[in-house]
Amino acid sequence: MAQAKSDFDYTRAVKYFLMTDVIAGFRIGLRYFFSPKATINYPHEKGPLSPRFRGEHALRRYPNGEERCIACKLCEAVCPAQAITIDAEPRDDGSRRTTRYDIDMTKCIYCGFCQEACPVDAIVEGPNFEFATETREELFYDKDKLLDNGARWEAEIARNLELDAPYR
Amino acid sequence: MVEFFTTTNLGIALLILGQCLLVLLPLFVALAFLMYGDRKIWAAVQMRKGPNVVGVFGLLQSFADLLKYVVKEVVVPAGADKFVFYLAPMITFVMATIAWVAIPWNDGWVISDLNVAILYIFAISSLEVYGVIMGGWASNSKYPFLGALRSAAQMISYEVSIGLIIIGVIISSGSMNFGDIVAAQDGRFGFLSWYWVPHFPMVVLFFVSALAETNRPPFDLPEAESELVAGYQVEYSSTPFLLFMMGELMAVVLMCALITLMFFGGWLSPVPGIPDGIFWMILKMGFFFFIFSMVKAITPRYRYDQLMRIGWKVFLPLSLGWVVLVAFFAQFGAFGGAYARWAIGG
Repeated sequence: MAQAKSDFDYTRAVKYFLMTDVIAGFRIGLRYFFSPKATINYPHEKGPLSPRFRGEHALRRYPNGEERCIACKLCEAVCPAQAITIDAEPRDDGSRRTTRYDIDMTKCIYCGFCQEACPVDAIVEGPNFEFATETREELFYDKDKLLDNGARWEAEIARNLELDAPYR
Repeated sequence: MVEFFTTTNLGIALLILGQCLLVLLPLFVALAFLMYGDRKIWAAVQMRKGPNVVGVFGLLQSFADLLKYVVKEVVVPAGADKFVFYLAPMITFVMATIAWVAIPWNDGWVISDLNVAILYIFAISSLEVYGVIMGGWASNSKYPFLGALRSAAQMISYEVSIGLIIIGVIISSGSMNFGDIVAAQDGRFGFLSWYWVPHFPMVVLFFVSALAETNRPPFDLPEAESELVAGYQVEYSSTPFLLFMMGELMAVVLMCALITLMFFGGWLSPVPGIPDGIFWMILKMGFFFFIFSMVKAITPRYRYDQLMRIGWKVFLPLSLGWVVLVAFFAQFGAFGGAYARWAIGG
């Protein structure tokens, strides 16, 4: 009757009362306490971005100022979210150009298919990801806005395309 | 002039008011920086930088928060008992504040030199639970109510073991006055003659009980955000919430002061020859606050049944057994009278 409980784990009990787990945790905590911090002071410091980063869209121009887009509408066709709307007609000099190039940024899923589909590298997704707006309407981008983005981010976009070119 | 402050009623009232301000103003300012320090320590363990924008190194963060809390709108839930709803945070805050009258900062530096100081503080910190219960009940909402019930059960459970641990110290020192308790710890061996040596297991037990008593992690079940959103504080916003938060933090600092006074010699210097003083008291309290913050950073939350089991089936028997043991040692002068350094009587 006076059989000892054989399943009693003495080691575990001793560890429990000596609080070895807490002490080990405290040591780890102290080590992390003095370790270098991983924080990035975001608005002032930013993390690195890949050349393939798919951010805000931009329409590019050739170095002579002519816009690249030839209104082939491949991007409009490939867009899975149907965020792109293009109207086009021949210009006075006979070349085919867009009269309307709208991207609904609230629909866009940033898949990058438009950039992949574009035969002349006209529509690209640039490195900018800080384009939050206060109203929904501001996110319905038109051709002027996209060309403006292209002008503003051309240096970064060109560098990224060049860096990514060997892998395409 | 001195006569005015010691004999006339107005003078005495002014003197006491001045003393209270002398304790409370530095305490509140210290509280702001302790809040900041708490967040910084917590952040550092998680390899973050913590608040670093407001002021130099973010030192003014707590004051910015204070401003934010004060100017925000007070939202009272529909169906709430308005009177009790507003009363609850005030009770928590006031109880946490008035406990400080009995805490001495240096030899004789105390607003009210009570003979039963420990008993008074124990009673006051027990009353703090009423703020939590009332807050949870008056919100007329489910999560606060459940959080308040948990909190009440938890605080009452751990008060039992805290009380028994305190009794051990009282037996050893023969007094409930903090001055006498600290004086009883003054010995030839510096920090080795403090009560943490003869009462060692109880120091750890007291610390853990203090964590549970003040609803700090790993025992922050009343505010278990994964289950109860924020427990009894859910419906509180603006200044009432600030009062709850300050009351809780003040209770934590009070526990640091209690540990320092009862087990770590209060204002006594750790090495004989170095003068005693208020800076030792503050230094030791700061150290224990650091430990409090570290524990918050490194421990996961206990499950509720584990919490109750530890309280009633581990801490209560251990502390009760310790009281019997200490009484025995003290009566028969065991270990060279280490357990019976009675400052008075004896």
